[in-house]
Amino acid sequence: MVTEAFEALPALVNDDAPLVRRGRDCNTAFLVEAGDSSWLVTVRGGRIEAVERGPFRMRPWSFAVRASAEAWRSFWQPVPAPGFHDIFAMAKAGHARIEGDLTPFMQNLRFIKDVLAAPRGRV
Amino acid sequence: MAEIEPIVGRYATFTLGGRAHRVYFEEAGGGIPLVCLHTAGADGRQFRHLMNDADITRHYRVLAFDMPWHGKSLPPAGWQDEEYALTTRGYLDLIMTFIAGLGLQRPVVLGCSIGGKIVLELARLHASEFRALIGLESAAHQAPWYDDTGWLHRADVHGGELCGAMMSGLIAPQSPSEARWDTLWMYMMSGPGVFKGDLFFYRTDGDLRDRVSRIDTSQCPLYLLTGEYDYSTTPADTLSTAQQIKGARVTIMRGIGHFPMSEHPSHFRRYLLPILDEIRTGVP
Repeated sequence: MVTEAFEALPALVNDDAPLVRRGRDCNTAFLVEAGDSSWLVTVRGGRIEAVERGPFRMRPWSFAVRASAEAWRSFWQPVPAPGFHDIFAMAKAGHARIEGDLTPFMQNLRFIKDVLAAPRGRV
Repeated sequence: MAEIEPIVGRYATFTLGGRAHRVYFEEAGGGIPLVCLHTAGADGRQFRHLMNDADITRHYRVLAFDMPWHGKSLPPAGWQDEEYALTTRGYLDLIMTFIAGLGLQRPVVLGCSIGGKIVLELARLHASEFRALIGLESAAHQAPWYDDTGWLHRADVHGGELCGAMMSGLIAPQSPSEARWDTLWMYMMSGPGVFKGDLFFYRTDGDLRDRVSRIDTSQCPLYLLTGEYDYSTTPADTLSTAQQIKGARVTIMRGIGHFPMSEHPSHFRRYLLPILDEIRTGVP
């Protein structure tokens, strides 16, 4: 499910015009970890330019959102349970960590949250 | 003809901290005064569904003011050189001054989030002056879910966009889209630094853990209702607070987050109406 979700991400985001508009000023690459696997998501002007699977040796990224594969599976349920319905909920409960340069993360927070939630109920 | 809602809005000037504050408030209905306190960084529009609910306004005069700096209430003159921060004492003064200024006799107060927290102080300090108190998403203390409220007021982050984005996760997945985005819009509209200033009370000044056990619910009933999807004030926070207050009545609301009255009003009323009936009739 996790691999499927990340592979589906570019189409899920890029075909969603209001979401792309919401992220129009977002230009960054961020890391998402799902247990042992890591994924680098490159965003240009609100479009997902690339989703690459790690491991990475020396790849720069701005911020990282790390959780277990199980936590992401819960997060992507059509109606997630309390504590798994938002990345901040997961962070507070200890299911996720949000790290790195948080400025682009906070500047584009709604877009980033929507990108991460895009696979919800669809994978 | 347009369908005109029963809600009426007016302005009144109150002296708070020795300074004049022009405060906007709305009301609808008649009967027992029900004063509603909005959440941090929002305004009284959160209660528009309650005010448009004939099952409530038949017996209750529902009132909601916009706190100074919020909604249609202006900050006091000279605000441009100040950093706004809500304190426990200032918040209590605002509520009691509003109630006295409008001549409300033994109202019910219903507050959410910061409003739910201050209800605990109303219960401790002014129990005899209220008919009942209702705290939504209320706790004596809650652990922060992000470290630095400074993010909410910075030159390089759009405050309104960020406030809306931060709050979006506190709404339950089941809440309908229109009500969800209404709720977020109020956050997106709040003035620069205002939400951050309210959180000084919510996160710092309003730690009430050493006080709530002194609340006497035999003088004034206290109802605490918290949504299961609220990770700001969690059900566990509310239950832990209630354990310290003899006679406090707790309900954990399913399928609701941090904004019951505005994120899912048709669902919330199922929890609220029986409580309002109980308060009115005295029959549980």
